[in-house]
Amino acid sequence: MAKQDTTGARAVKIAVFLIAALLLFAPFLFQDVRALEVAARICIFIVLVASYDLLIGYTGIVSFAHTMFFGFGSYGAAIALKQMGPGWDAVALGALAGAAVSLVVAVAIGLVSLRVKAIFFAMITLAAASVALVLASQLSHLTGGEDGITYRAPDLFKPATKLLTDADGKVVEWFGVKLNGKIAAYYFVFTSALILFAVMFRLTVSPLGTVLVAIRENEARAEAIGYRVVAYRTFVFCASALVASLAGSVYAVWLKYTGPDTALSFAIMIDILLMVVIGGMGTMWGAVVGAVLMVMAQYYLRDLMGAASEALAGVPLLPDLLNPDRWLFWLGIIFILLVYFFPKGIVGTIMQKGART
Amino acid sequence: MSLLSLEDVRTDIGQYAVLHCISLEVPEGGVFVLLGRNGAGKTTTLRSIMGLWRPKAGAIRFQGEVISGLHTAEIARKGIAYVPENMGIFGGLTVEENLVLATEKGKFDPDRLARIYGLFPALEQFWTKQAWSLSGGQKQMLAVARAIVEPRALILIDEPTKGLAPSIVAAMAEAFRDIARTTTILLVEQNFHFAKSLGRDMAVIEDGRVVHSGTMAGFAADAELQNRLLGLAT
Repeated sequence: MAKQDTTGARAVKIAVFLIAALLLFAPFLFQDVRALEVAARICIFIVLVASYDLLIGYTGIVSFAHTMFFGFGSYGAAIALKQMGPGWDAVALGALAGAAVSLVVAVAIGLVSLRVKAIFFAMITLAAASVALVLASQLSHLTGGEDGITYRAPDLFKPATKLLTDADGKVVEWFGVKLNGKIAAYYFVFTSALILFAVMFRLTVSPLGTVLVAIRENEARAEAIGYRVVAYRTFVFCASALVASLAGSVYAVWLKYTGPDTALSFAIMIDILLMVVIGGMGTMWGAVVGAVLMVMAQYYLRDLMGAASEALAGVPLLPDLLNPDRWLFWLGIIFILLVYFFPKGIVGTIMQKGART
Repeated sequence: MSLLSLEDVRTDIGQYAVLHCISLEVPEGGVFVLLGRNGAGKTTTLRSIMGLWRPKAGAIRFQGEVISGLHTAEIARKGIAYVPENMGIFGGLTVEENLVLATEKGKFDPDRLARIYGLFPALEQFWTKQAWSLSGGQKQMLAVARAIVEPRALILIDEPTKGLAPSIVAAMAEAFRDIARTTTILLVEQNFHFAKSLGRDMAVIEDGRVVHSGTMAGFAADAELQNRLLGLAT
């Protein structure tokens, strides 16, 4: 007997399917550079948030080191591309090096500190993330310090690269969009994100996912039926770190720049936390919805407020309240309202709609 | 040789000594009942056997092997199942997922599943329902079913009748009789009539020590002893 979907769950799945379709056709649907930038960032953050949800939502582990692993992957690819030149060997080696460092650090943190109480573990990850941030700044000969590193991506991703040419040697256009290296770079990001997300989704619906939920609910009960909680927690911490690291490498190839602000900052960690909370913990679909809403708000809320402010020019007080410079204030208000009306996150709350008790 | 033995086991919780050199022999087969007033140390005894509280001194042997230093998960894999007082189910998982968790290879033995359905028909009915939405009795059924979804040599059950309706208690008693034909049960129970109807052997714990042990039939026949040890009216 299969678990039956609630009406809310069906609505969420349809919404996620639509988001996936929009992301798949994003270069053809939204033909400007900024929109493609937003779509790529959404793809990366879906993976990053989903991998963090494996920790906090599925297993109940609170970590502040997730951006550290993202940073290891980013800097791995960035340093390799800078040192070795823009080749696929550099991308592969950099991603592997970043993943290896992430795994070693995750195993070390996990084995040493996953036995302790949650608050101490969270503090240890916070300390590790701070150390990584300082190291990225201090080891400037490798990382470029505060300025970061700029480098070139593989030739396939150059805007001048022609993916398809016509008889005259001109680049082919589909729906008015030139099939050039930028499109290839976007689909590299999209495909990588899709594969990583699918792997994580498979994990959550496997028997292992059930064990993780059991551990989150009650560690002692899980142990009493034969599960070594520390081993499972360490495994999830490592798997989550590995996925974050690979997402970092993909993002580094897309951005062609890696610095503390794009790969290691605590602002990214806070964004991930907000996305998990907004989307809903303990559901992979929540990561998709949370990442889409948050990234869209970060990019378009200012524009929206600017337009609203202009439209309400004759009305007293409102244009000033909606001044685009106040966008963070309004983002905070929206976040509070979301938490109030969707206490289990948007997806978590909607999925319960129509549930039979 | 007894199935389970506790030899001078002492367990502290924080700075307080809860079990003071407790010794107990649980023979193989049937239901062994652990009786005692509130706070006597019955639950701590079960938790010490499972390794959820680590004994400070003494030894716990299961099938002749010392298990008192082992990790809880290893103790469980030796063939001991634990049904805690608060039922110990996972509310966010379905009935099926709760039971799958307790299988060794993630698959049900069809015969065992049929037996579970026979003992607790409600579980089949609510197979895909999340466990938090079950009634108290159904949750208890699920907790017991999880303990028998794989062959076990010993099941520790802590106050299974607490807060249950009389009809459910009767069904539970029937189920325990059936289970006890193939598996030893160490039962902690406050409801003396329920315990009396099931128990073959028994022990009374008081202030972390065994103060009486023997057959349930003998204890049930001695009203003065019941009154003295459990405060039951004669």
